[in-house]
Amino acid sequence: MKLPTLREVATEAKLLLIGIPVFIWTMVPIYHMFLFAISPKEDAFSGKLWPDHPTLHNFSIVFNQQHYFLRDFYVQFWNSVVIAASVGALTLFIATAAAFSISRLRVPGGRVVMNLALFTYFIPAAFLAVPMYRTMGNYGLLNNHWSLILAMVTIASPYAIWVLKQASDKLPVELDEAAVMDGATTLQIFRLVYLPLMMPSLVAIGTYAVLLAWNEYLYAFLLLSNDREITLPVALGNFLAADDSPWELLMTTGFIYALPPAAIYYAFRRYMVGGLTAGAVKS
Amino acid sequence: MAITLSGDQAVASPPLSARLTPAQVWGIVLLAPYFLVFLAFVVYPVCYGLWLARHPESYVALYNDPIFARAAVNTLIFLVIGINIKMLIALFLSGFFAQQRTWIKWLSVIFILPWAVPSIPTILSVRFMLNPEWGMVNHFIFSLTGDDGPNWLNDPTVALTMAIGVHIWKSLPFWTLILITGRLAISHDLFEAAEVDGASWWQKFRYITWPSMQTLYVTCTLLSMIWTLGDFNSVYLLTGGGPADLTHVLSTLGIRYLRLDQLSLAMASIVCAMPFVLPLVYFMMKRLSR
Repeated sequence: MKLPTLREVATEAKLLLIGIPVFIWTMVPIYHMFLFAISPKEDAFSGKLWPDHPTLHNFSIVFNQQHYFLRDFYVQFWNSVVIAASVGALTLFIATAAAFSISRLRVPGGRVVMNLALFTYFIPAAFLAVPMYRTMGNYGLLNNHWSLILAMVTIASPYAIWVLKQASDKLPVELDEAAVMDGATTLQIFRLVYLPLMMPSLVAIGTYAVLLAWNEYLYAFLLLSNDREITLPVALGNFLAADDSPWELLMTTGFIYALPPAAIYYAFRRYMVGGLTAGAVKS
Repeated sequence: MAITLSGDQAVASPPLSARLTPAQVWGIVLLAPYFLVFLAFVVYPVCYGLWLARHPESYVALYNDPIFARAAVNTLIFLVIGINIKMLIALFLSGFFAQQRTWIKWLSVIFILPWAVPSIPTILSVRFMLNPEWGMVNHFIFSLTGDDGPNWLNDPTVALTMAIGVHIWKSLPFWTLILITGRLAISHDLFEAAEVDGASWWQKFRYITWPSMQTLYVTCTLLSMIWTLGDFNSVYLLTGGGPADLTHVLSTLGIRYLRLDQLSLAMASIVCAMPFVLPLVYFMMKRLSR
């Protein structure tokens, strides 16, 4: 076995000197949340790095809805699921159709629509929130899940169309031409040639839209207010309304709320990193 | 009259369906859903918002509102200082994560967590950590020095700094990831040649890494600035705009006016930001729509 040289040891030490602070910086808020979730109230407020009596009691309170703030936990969780899934499905449908139309069918005016979409993508979503709130009021959709679903689809689609258009521009034109020679209709090309080839990008975009909707706070809290209509993040924000908020329960609920997106992200990481960064860094 | 008009049109040009190929008809049909969403939820709200912001009095009221001036300054600090610090760290860390080590690969998987988890619970977690009486940070300071720590979120400067810190914590992984892909695209031969010539670490960065990454870096910085204008969560959930409404940024200020039922002020404050946003947006579109 070769002994490491002094220079190699020094390089490794320098890397560790960066790596350890990065690790601590990343983990502290997440660990703190986890710590609260497994601590009884007294331990949580004492500033210990590990509770004297770790417990799953907080989880049982949340899952049995045994607190004033948690009485609609399952309904709110389900709202989040339904809204995230609907936004994912609708965004995929709208964006795939639009990208196919612009990139493969070269529809007249497609470029203009693409630029309008890109423009929307760059306008910060928080700036659109106030007029969107009033618009939904005018449409009579406030406090209805559709208001949040449609708002999130509006926000997610531009980027989705753009990434999908970039990806479908890379598919060879000969594929479409060959299919037309064989007598395929436009819809058949879309279903049998286009969709299968676009699968990796579609997974990335679907994941992107689902996570965007699941994580959204601002729009959810503006558009939904009824306790049984709101999504989980709004319910978490509502914990702060009380002076003596049960922080250990807030953190437990937050921990449960954070698990699905983290799991989805890591499950589809391969697609996400490839599909999304490829779109974002074209320079 | 109406009949003659439509008759004239039919003579002037054949019916629409005859001029389009079936593929183009499908193209229009498939583009229609997005176009309708765009009309109903972008064009209409934007026009409605501009109409709400039409009164000159709103701008006078904004001008006289010290909270607006403070929010504008805070936003500027957030963008100019916060984003540049974040992007410099991201540039530095992209070099770190590009190293080929097993443990660095694992660390990069953990490092992405802040971006993968929702921001609400983690920001609230930081909020409690900074609680002056029960928070972990002040417990830690007490056990080290025996003194009480500062009242973190009660001082506007410190509170805004913390909000910027939370923003960096949340979005640093994303930008680092993008800069890593930029770095990995540089040909390795260049570095080997530089190594042979005995180039220092700084020379390699200055003459190889930076020239090939500067376009990407500037694009990312501008994009991050535009998006950070819309960062509502970092400020709202950490400080709520307080103490005494001194840590608002433009995105939380609009919502504050909305809550106070001053809708025209809310829209006017957003319109005021447009002269700064639109050139950035135009520049980005030029870059990305090629």
